[in-house]
Amino acid sequence: MTDVHAIRVTVNGTEHELAVESRRTLADVLRHDLAYPGTHIGCEHGICGACTVLVDGLPARSCLMFGVQADGRSVETVESLGTPDELGPLQQAFTDQHGLQCGFCTPGFLMLITAFLRETPSPTDEEIREVIASNLCRCTGYQGILRAVRAAADMGAGAGAGAGADVGAGG
Amino acid sequence: MKPAPFSYHRARSADEAVSLLAELGDDAKLLAGGQSLVAMMNFRLARPAALVDISRLDELRYVRAAGGGMRIGALALHRDLERLADPGLLAGFGLLPRAARYIGHYAIRAAGTFGGSIAHADPAAEWCMAALLFDAEIVARGPGGERVIGAGEFFTGFLETELRPDEMIVEVRLPGPRPGTAICEFAQRHGDFAIVAVAAAVEREGGACRDARIVLGGVGGTVQRATGAEAALIGSSLDDDEIEAAAREAAAGTDPPGDIHGSAEYRRHLVRVLTARALGEAAAHA
Amino acid sequence: MPEARETGPAGRWIGASVRRVEDRYLLTGRGRFVGDQEPPGTLHLVLVRSYAASATIESIDAAPALSHPGVVAVITAADLDGVAPLRGVLDRPEFVPTDMPVLASGRVRHVGEPVAAVLAESAYLAEDAAELVEVGYGELPAVVSAGDALTAGAPAVHDAAPGNVLVDVTPISSPGLDEIFASAAHVVEVAVSTGRLTAAPLEGRACVAAFDERTGQVILQTSTQIPHTVRTAVAQSLGMDEHQVRVISPDVGGGFGQKCVVAREEVLAAAVARKLRRTVKWVEDRREGLTSGFQAREQFYRVRGAFDGDGRVLGLDADIRCDVGAYSCYPVTCGVEVLMAANELPGPYRVRSYRARSRGIATNKTPIAPYRGVSRPQTVLAMERLMDEAGRVTGLGPVEVRDRNLIDAAEFPYRNVMRVSYDAGTYRESLARCAELLGYTDWPAVQARALADGLLAGLGLSCFVEPTAYGTASFGLRKMTIVPGYEQATVRMDPSGSVLVLVGTHSHGQGHATAYAQIVADAVGIDPGRVRLRQGDTELVPHGWGTFASRSIVAGGGAVARASADLAGQLRAIAAHLIEAAPGDVELAGGRAQVRGDPATSVPVAELARVAHHAAHLLPDGLGRGLEATASFDPEGTFSNATHGAVVEVSPSTGAVRLVRYVVVEDCGVMINPMIVDGQVAGGVAQGIGAALFEELCFDAAGQPVSGSFVDYLVPTAADLPDFEIHHLCTPTTRTPTGSKGMGEGGTIGAPAAVLNAVNDALAQVGAAVDRIPVRPADVVAAIAAARGADLGRAAIGGLAGSRRET
Repeated sequence: MTDVHAIRVTVNGTEHELAVESRRTLADVLRHDLAYPGTHIGCEHGICGACTVLVDGLPARSCLMFGVQADGRSVETVESLGTPDELGPLQQAFTDQHGLQCGFCTPGFLMLITAFLRETPSPTDEEIREVIASNLCRCTGYQGILRAVRAAADMGAGAGAGAGADVGAGG
Repeated sequence: MKPAPFSYHRARSADEAVSLLAELGDDAKLLAGGQSLVAMMNFRLARPAALVDISRLDELRYVRAAGGGMRIGALALHRDLERLADPGLLAGFGLLPRAARYIGHYAIRAAGTFGGSIAHADPAAEWCMAALLFDAEIVARGPGGERVIGAGEFFTGFLETELRPDEMIVEVRLPGPRPGTAICEFAQRHGDFAIVAVAAAVEREGGACRDARIVLGGVGGTVQRATGAEAALIGSSLDDDEIEAAAREAAAGTDPPGDIHGSAEYRRHLVRVLTARALGEAAAHA
Repeated sequence: MPEARETGPAGRWIGASVRRVEDRYLLTGRGRFVGDQEPPGTLHLVLVRSYAASATIESIDAAPALSHPGVVAVITAADLDGVAPLRGVLDRPEFVPTDMPVLASGRVRHVGEPVAAVLAESAYLAEDAAELVEVGYGELPAVVSAGDALTAGAPAVHDAAPGNVLVDVTPISSPGLDEIFASAAHVVEVAVSTGRLTAAPLEGRACVAAFDERTGQVILQTSTQIPHTVRTAVAQSLGMDEHQVRVISPDVGGGFGQKCVVAREEVLAAAVARKLRRTVKWVEDRREGLTSGFQAREQFYRVRGAFDGDGRVLGLDADIRCDVGAYSCYPVTCGVEVLMAANELPGPYRVRSYRARSRGIATNKTPIAPYRGVSRPQTVLAMERLMDEAGRVTGLGPVEVRDRNLIDAAEFPYRNVMRVSYDAGTYRESLARCAELLGYTDWPAVQARALADGLLAGLGLSCFVEPTAYGTASFGLRKMTIVPGYEQATVRMDPSGSVLVLVGTHSHGQGHATAYAQIVADAVGIDPGRVRLRQGDTELVPHGWGTFASRSIVAGGGAVARASADLAGQLRAIAAHLIEAAPGDVELAGGRAQVRGDPATSVPVAELARVAHHAAHLLPDGLGRGLEATASFDPEGTFSNATHGAVVEVSPSTGAVRLVRYVVVEDCGVMINPMIVDGQVAGGVAQGIGAALFEELCFDAAGQPVSGSFVDYLVPTAADLPDFEIHHLCTPTTRTPTGSKGMGEGGTIGAPAAVLNAVNDALAQVGAAVDRIPVRPADVVAAIAAARGADLGRAAIGGLAGSRRET
């Protein structure tokens, strides 16, 4: 008896209703059930970060979440950042700075950085390096990625909506 | 690497989570941040028959002062502790944001929870070490109500705790502050599980050490205190020689495992090095 | 790193760091990788893999799996009658072939060897069912290390090789070498070894196989670097004509050599698709990739160098052992590392007498395949260690001893002791520049200051030559029975004046769509935005060899350049006819053709294309009526060079090695797109640093892999690497139409030696040394402790530098 749940999830501003088996990961739901294949799977144990998406504004490793957990939530994937005809500012920085080669890890980096720059629009180089260290890339040696984030931050590419809520003191 | 099948249940309150656990039996597990559990499920090293999702219980997501100490809701995110800024709240608990920065990476800290880490009981986990350092009291709620388990009794074995299958952690209480603390970890890559980690707290009265707490991570099945070294420091002046002697004592008292990241001898060596560092830093703050 | 820009000097495209055309779709999640494909009705294939390193297969009970919901079939070797194994062969007596069956039949020889395939409606269900297949193994003793495999009486991995030696070559033994050593002023010996690695591309291997019932064709989409060779292997294994197999490789998420050999899973998927008449999908997961995916680089070197009183090398004597795992890969065989190690050890040095014996030793571990650099990271590790030792023993120091032995500019073309001809390079110049950039003359003071602060600082160099783009002649010498080397390209201009380039290389991050367009644009005088590349479809592109061995810009780019020149000639002839000029007076630039210096004669290239297709009646016979050229290029082989320099800080208390600086001075001839070149260098250096300090596949005594996740197999992150300082020299080669040399592997080749030498420079201050990579923090601490506990003076003659593990 398969455990199936009806969920309603907003992806890149579009609401979807579908039924998912409980063990189906959010990564697989996005890629195959909802046709957002831009999010890639690199390790399925939460280390490479290729599957990073935003859930309610915070970066999440979609291989470590079940699709059913996204019920009622808002997900952002790489498809929200721009189109081939109109790259978003972060994507433009990546192509200017040669921040990708095979492109497989790239969507995960883009979503990670999108969340990071929203919270930290004026990062230091050390802060950038530490966040980039969250994800793995095997092609670039990270050189172009670091330059791209620096360029995007300098151009104000992170200015925009605030990030997920913090727990405040007291209360 | 797809997980084995399970039934999924979302709890709308802590009490509902507890009753679901009771109803679903021993083979049910709580799903909070999922950063450890789901990875193990994807490897099929963990195969719970049921998951009770508590990740949205905002009622359990808090960090607050209480009676000179601190109370941390089980679902406080790692990043909540990382970003603690209120000086009143932080006084004497400055170790917590420092320790949080060692935990994984940005995305992991945005999902993983304090209580989840305590319940998972990894022998190198920063919050498990902090629990021993601060003499934490773990508040567990079960069908019969709540009970408080002292950190010293809580960690019973490798990834094993005192929690019964029908209990969940709702809160962790740190009864009092410790101003002179430090945590030192060594891992080859930033954010990896520590090969060895040491957390230390010292308290001075006059020039002499009145209390010392040394917690070791990564040296056995559970986080553990170096009680021999702690005792040796009482009354000492915490100078370099005494710290070094305590560090050697701490190392000698361990029987660490060896693996591809380091032999037992290397881990023991790191205990000595990191204990000395942590004690030195803690003493400077004390 | 050059900023992206629009055109190069003098309006030329070659030499410009043009933004990559691939980026727009990759950045926006529009890449199409094999795992993204899932046509309706696809069956998911999950493998049952051996958990024993060596065993007979006594029984396979698939019944419990077959009755699992969603399962359609369970395939074993018995169901693959008529599907031949993969057989990589070197046609030479020193080689023992080892068939790699598509599914193990009767015997397993490494943990992870595929035994059965479960086909189900989802990957989840297939994995559930795979757990239910019961395989009865008769476990046998396994050999897990090369040393064990060579021990007398060790179990044989293959009956055909009772001593477990699958390849044993001595490609050269210069006469008089022993006398040279006996009379030399200095004899230096080093023993170095390297841990087993895996390429770990972010996209694992994957394939989707379908059977077209209308044509009887198997259509295999696969994440590969070598589409045509996959086609050959599948067709041969399935007993089909090659045109009945179509291989399509879409976007590929990295390969680094792991995908430049044929996977048994590719053949399996094709066979199952044909058998079941269903579309079949296999996506390798990371645990599979780290344990069952092709591995590399577990090698052991003993190298002796004889030097005269001036520190010049007189002779080299090497013994090399490669742990090649349980089977030969196809097509390059388990001999790929073995041969390249022995053939290329002398590197950039003036070695006139040389003897090398190199062996490939079978063990019960996953087979090896090429991984970026293939043995050169190891040969350079050994030679650069040797040079450091020679510098110490002779008192010349590491820079001077190298400078005396590197081939000088005046000696090019240089025919080396293996009779290979090096084209011109900048071996000494790159060393001088790298040393200067590192502040080498100030180093002793810098090092002393660090020591005063309790830190061990080290500086290490590595000099190397990178043979690139082997042609058929060179591959043929290895005695492969399938001989790569040439490449073909078709450039086809359509009626609107845009160009399609079809070529058999396969870009998987190297930016060929951009770089080839730059080559065409310069030849034909149009904007590169009007040039499109199609690759990776055996139905569309002419037969070629794919992308590996730093070959594409030379072999593929060379063919593209030749074909473009031919196309340009056709355009000039058409223009000449239309404007009544001599073809030799027509120039193509800026999208127009005109008589040189006479703008009044200018006509758009697009107009020439229109006429050629739609108004051919205006042209004499033989002109127009289509506008296309095909050319091939079989390179002679061209040699890039570089010097790498690393500065490290070693913590004596934790053993941590921190990279402070990393400098590259490299020469790859004409750079088509300097930004892409720098990206290749950077990625390679990162992998080389990973090999030096972080990565190793470990096995327990029973042959179980214990590094089956990224928790244990440590791929470097951005926090583990410094900013790389990459500098270029430029010696255009006369051996290619563009003057370009290959360069894709240089980063991985030079980095391990530079880092190991830096670590040893640091440790020498406390009398310690390490001679094995990866150097983990625990290894550093152990080395320092050993130095304190024992008097490890280093012997110059007949002794060994540092500790050594028996192989």
